[in-house]
Amino acid sequence: MRLAHAFAMENEHITSDMVEASEFSFLANKYQVYGVPKTVVNEKIYIEGAVPEPKFVEEALKALAK
Amino acid sequence: MALIGDKDRKAIQDRLKELVNPVKIVYFTQELECQYCRETRMILEELASLSDKISLLVYNFITDKAVAEQYKIDKIPATIVMGEKDYGIRYYGIPAGYEFASLLEDIIMVSKRDSGLSEKTREKLKTVKESLHFQVFVTPT
Repeated sequence: MRLAHAFAMENEHITSDMVEASEFSFLANKYQVYGVPKTVVNEKIYIEGAVPEPKFVEEALKALAK
Repeated sequence: MALIGDKDRKAIQDRLKELVNPVKIVYFTQELECQYCRETRMILEELASLSDKISLLVYNFITDKAVAEQYKIDKIPATIVMGEKDYGIRYYGIPAGYEFASLLEDIIMVSKRDSGLSEKTREKLKTVKESLHFQVFVTPT
């Protein structure tokens, strides 16, 4: 699930954390992570599973419209 | 004892031949009370030793607080993969298993200074003018 890191490289406004769920269980609990990968964008959009690039960018950008 | 085995080391060294520009790994740790901090540091040290193009900088999360704040690091172990500039690429937790493979790919991506994304995705990302923060939750296996 490196797509989010590639996104960060493209745009200075984008930052991207890969978070190991078991080491940071307080965050995994906060965002209700029951399966991985799970992506949280601006704490508004949740993307479950590994999603192809076009779908991932489309879903992620919905965080800006909210 | 090395965390990266002989066979893996050779395979990694082969991949690292693709490196073009220097890559800087900035690591924040703490000696006490951090699960996997020591192992993460060992992995990064072994990885950095495999290529002249990779440099590793290690900071203490507590005593180097100003640096941690500069990079907006709020938890450890934290690993930044960057070139001359910081792209906002972070790993929180040990980069083992699949995450190690991701780390290796990130290092190659940053070294090439090319995200490898499609033109369509690049165009869409250009429209982003405000902060967009991704948190991707993963497990090592």
